[in-house]
Amino acid sequence: MAEKVKLKKKKFSIKEDIEEFKKHYALFLMILPAFIFVVVFCYCPMYGIVMAFQEFDPFLGIFDSPIVFFDNFTYFFSRKAFGEILWNTFSISLYSLAVGFPIPIIFALSLNSVGSQKFKKTLQMVSYAPYFISVVVMVAMLNSFMDIRSGIFNKILGLFGQPPHDFLSDAGAFKTIYVMSGLWQTLGWNSIIYIATLTSVDVSLYEAADLDGANKLQKIIYIDLPSIAPTTMVLLILSVGNILSVGFEKTYLMQNDLNLSASEVISTYVYKMGILSQDYGLGTAVGLFNSVINFAFLVTVNFIAKKTNGYSLW
Amino acid sequence: MNQNDTLKALSKAGVKIVKKQKIQKSKSDTIFDTVNYVVLSLMLIIFLYPLIYVVSASFSKPSDVITGAMWLFPTSISLDGYARILSYAPLWQGFLNTIYVVVVGTIISLVITLLAGYVLSRDDFKARKFFIWVFTITMFFGGGLVPTYMLVSETLNLRDSLMALIIPSALSVWNIILVKTYFTSSLPRDIFEAASIDGCGDFRFFISIATPLAIPIIAVITLYNVVGKWNSYFDAMIYLSSADKYPLQLVINNLLIENDVNSLGSSGGSLDIEHQLMVESMKYGVIVIASLPMLVVYPMVQQYFIKGIMVGSVKG
Repeated sequence: MAEKVKLKKKKFSIKEDIEEFKKHYALFLMILPAFIFVVVFCYCPMYGIVMAFQEFDPFLGIFDSPIVFFDNFTYFFSRKAFGEILWNTFSISLYSLAVGFPIPIIFALSLNSVGSQKFKKTLQMVSYAPYFISVVVMVAMLNSFMDIRSGIFNKILGLFGQPPHDFLSDAGAFKTIYVMSGLWQTLGWNSIIYIATLTSVDVSLYEAADLDGANKLQKIIYIDLPSIAPTTMVLLILSVGNILSVGFEKTYLMQNDLNLSASEVISTYVYKMGILSQDYGLGTAVGLFNSVINFAFLVTVNFIAKKTNGYSLW
Repeated sequence: MNQNDTLKALSKAGVKIVKKQKIQKSKSDTIFDTVNYVVLSLMLIIFLYPLIYVVSASFSKPSDVITGAMWLFPTSISLDGYARILSYAPLWQGFLNTIYVVVVGTIISLVITLLAGYVLSRDDFKARKFFIWVFTITMFFGGGLVPTYMLVSETLNLRDSLMALIIPSALSVWNIILVKTYFTSSLPRDIFEAASIDGCGDFRFFISIATPLAIPIIAVITLYNVVGKWNSYFDAMIYLSSADKYPLQLVINNLLIENDVNSLGSSGGSLDIEHQLMVESMKYGVIVIASLPMLVVYPMVQQYFIKGIMVGSVKG
């Protein structure tokens, strides 16, 4: 009896599925293009990861190339440059995070407590502008601002009686130039989300604080900070999850032979090995190493955040 | 009477307290406001100065820029740089290529993203869960640069074709989720049920009801696409080999940055110096012309933008 009911139910649900498909065939058709794109451009390259374990030969193809297991990885780990590359990637990321994460928050908070709407609007507008400048143009600007003869930075040094300094080929200055120019470009943009959250804070909270005689600083600490805390946590988790991915585009353009010891990062190394030198196996392996570490970081940070204060991505 | 007196005294004291507090408050707040305004004004200068400098330099004589005579506003107006830019053909070819990539790429991307985002927002669609999984996984895992490069250039044979800049980057799962969140929060189910009773099918509902309601999110996705495609050079660098297909950013890269690096090592013949001078006079004008379109676009869509970004951030 019970079996019969089960059977009946199952039959009914298949029929229902067909009905469902007939009813919503348009929806299937509508999602089809995106589905095809994801399969071709996201899932097919995942299969290409087997190249990381092969001595890949384009003539033999992905199915016949000899399998070498972890040789590509051990080769990368035993390179003299490995330590340097890993350190550069880590330190540039951490530096960017330490500077680029809190400053947009401070900017949003202080912008939010400005009385004059006109000043606020103008500053906000102006602060977005650098975000729309392309990496190529940004690096071209850096090159001319820091030029040893004509750059404005050396003109300023000259005002203080200092000798001109070649910032662009100074390995020690590379990270600071990279991070600070990045801050200039993204500060305003990254503060948008905090500013928007702050404008939605209940006005009665400020009124109550006024009655209690709170000053502006106290209002920031006791009202503004708690209201942006959830957003802050989510963004922090996401940034830490990207700790080992320093953007290729700007780094590569800022590189020259003289600052290479500070500017070679994983993404530029992958490009040079995997595409310029056509060592596909090694390039894939280094890329895989990078994403595995990033994912591990994301999971760990998410776990810690969940345990300590209940914020989590999933 | 007695009670009244105490009340009076109390209220007087109260006034006094309030007054005292007000004075105190204004004192600490004055310090705060002063510091705040000073810091923010300084930031305003830091944001603006490089921009003003570049624009001024583009209108100045290169010699004034090099010697530092021009440091804020043009000391002498010279349109030489712009004249040279006008006659520099590769740059305009680059403009055309970029515009082609931006227009075609944005349209394709917009259609795919809106369709998928809409379908994923329909909670009466049973297969929804499966598709959400398929899309979300790709946000955390991917093949990486080399396998993607092999796929596009070898398997799909898009080497040296502008399609290589359009097709592989057409889909962004991030944007699909943005659209999905937007539809879920701003498209009440009742509307769909009412329309469906009146005999409106899924596709017609999407075209005539959902899309017109989605203008803010369409503006956001368009902005993302246009700015991203206008500014990118990496795909062009790895996939393209013929110079007449180069987009704007790659042309600028070859003109300003590669050129700079080469000049470090070159011995500097007379031809080199001449070329160097030409580049020097064009440099700032090129920067202005390449950046202006994006700087103009943003203020126009800003009102939609903040709305859209807030909707998208409601959940993760």
